[in-house]
Amino acid sequence: MSRVFVIAAKELRSYLVSPTAWVVATVFLAVTGLLFYNIVAWYSLQSFQLMQFGRGSEGLNVNRLVFEPTFHNMAVTLLLLVPIVTMRLLAEEKKARTAQLLFTSPVRLGEIVAGKYLAALTLLSGVLLLTGYMPLLVWAYGSLEWGPILTSYLGMVLLTGAFVALGLFASSLTENQVVAAVLTFGLLLGFWLLGWAAQAGGEEASILEHLSLITHLEAFLRGVVELKDVAYYASVTALGLFLTHRVLDSNRWR
Amino acid sequence: MIEAENLTKRYGEVTALDGVSFHVERGEIVGLLGPNGAGKTTAMKILTCFMPPSAGTARVAGHDIFEAPLAVKRSVGYLPEEPPVYPELTVDEYLAYAGRLKGLGGRDLKAARGRALDRCGLAEVAGRLIGNLSKGYRQRVGLAQALLHNPPVLILDEPTVGLDPAQIIEIRGLIRDLAREHTVVLSTHILPEVTATCQRIVIINEGQIVAVDTYENLSQQVGTSRRVVLRVRRPGPELADRLRALDGVLAVDPETDGAYRVESRQDRDLREEVARVAVESGAGLLELAGVAVSLEEVFLRLTTEEKEGAA
Repeated sequence: MSRVFVIAAKELRSYLVSPTAWVVATVFLAVTGLLFYNIVAWYSLQSFQLMQFGRGSEGLNVNRLVFEPTFHNMAVTLLLLVPIVTMRLLAEEKKARTAQLLFTSPVRLGEIVAGKYLAALTLLSGVLLLTGYMPLLVWAYGSLEWGPILTSYLGMVLLTGAFVALGLFASSLTENQVVAAVLTFGLLLGFWLLGWAAQAGGEEASILEHLSLITHLEAFLRGVVELKDVAYYASVTALGLFLTHRVLDSNRWR
Repeated sequence: MIEAENLTKRYGEVTALDGVSFHVERGEIVGLLGPNGAGKTTAMKILTCFMPPSAGTARVAGHDIFEAPLAVKRSVGYLPEEPPVYPELTVDEYLAYAGRLKGLGGRDLKAARGRALDRCGLAEVAGRLIGNLSKGYRQRVGLAQALLHNPPVLILDEPTVGLDPAQIIEIRGLIRDLAREHTVVLSTHILPEVTATCQRIVIINEGQIVAVDTYENLSQQVGTSRRVVLRVRRPGPELADRLRALDGVLAVDPETDGAYRVESRQDRDLREEVARVAVESGAGLLELAGVAVSLEEVFLRLTTEEKEGAA
């Protein structure tokens, strides 16, 4: 078994035996579930009113009106919860001195970074997958298009991957988990809010918009997979992992 | 097995190690001895490739720490000062993880785990969470981790800290046992530990090597006097005077309980004469022993002499 998977498996185990992962999963599902319920309730009211006016409900697109905002809400909830998941990845090992086992075992730094990254991404993807009950419910009692749902999940996983890479980087900078979490939160929020600057208009604003974590999600939610969006998330992820690697390497020389 | 050349490590302004060179032969047990903060742990971290030195280099088991760090890591078992154990894993899970990190798998891993559990006396706690184990057991889990892949070199940073006296004796026995097939470097600031386990001593102070030798040679080198301690039934000033009159006696210090400490020149063994005097004076000789200069004294003299030289 490759060392990457050895490390990832151990990290996943550590997540699953600690309450953090369960609390994060529960809170995520509760919050997104509540928001989903609100949206569905609003959607049925709208449909009902439309039907009363005798227009039928064909005009109301469930994908656009229910799932687009729902996935948006999931992304915002993730923004709040990913730092809690990633904060321990490296900070805890440094604090507890268990890093000495990792760094004196015949394992490359890259393998450590990849293993840790994979573990957090797997955990969060698992939690995301649990929200699959939402489209299943709508599909069971109505109709929806699966295409945009699948691309939305792809986008969500890519977004989560970028979040985790930035979180891992923050965790490599400190041995204090709270500092790592706050730093991650700041980084994610910062990247997120870049999109808002675009509203100011102008040349610079559009560049900022392209750098924003959220704007690249839009196409996925509409059922379109664009190379530029995939490339964007892959680049942010690669940047986070690369910086983590550099920090771990340079820490040795201090 | 280990050749450290001119190792220097600076943390910012602080120089933790300053041009440290030493060699360790195959199958030797070498003790790194020094006060807290002398640079023992730093030296070990460099030899295990946890961090590179600021200057100098080292070869461990024939591999250069800069050119082949992975090969060095494969041939070294390292027990850090704080055992690197995960409280949320059981002993068995932990050893499986450590083994896989070190490249063991399948049947090899199972055999290695069984052997390490046996050697470190962990068989009965194999299924327990490490977080629930006592410090002594955690220390042993750390040691089991270091032994796991049967490395030719073992580097143990204060292996007996936190153990009770019975466990300390057990672990020392284990370390001596291990030295038959492994080369062992251990660090300690507990002096008797070195005399109990090590063949050679490297004394480090303020990042520099002060002395490298066997304990016997060191105590002879440093000792400027010999000592005889005797205890008599009826102590009195007359006996002390007669002892002082002996040729070569430098000092006689009466102590409590009728004991006397007689210091003589290095080249004179006075045991026989002291015994004769004690018996002739009718003081009632109870005990008599030649005392070597203790390692504490060797250590103190070496580390303080160094300071005086520098000042």
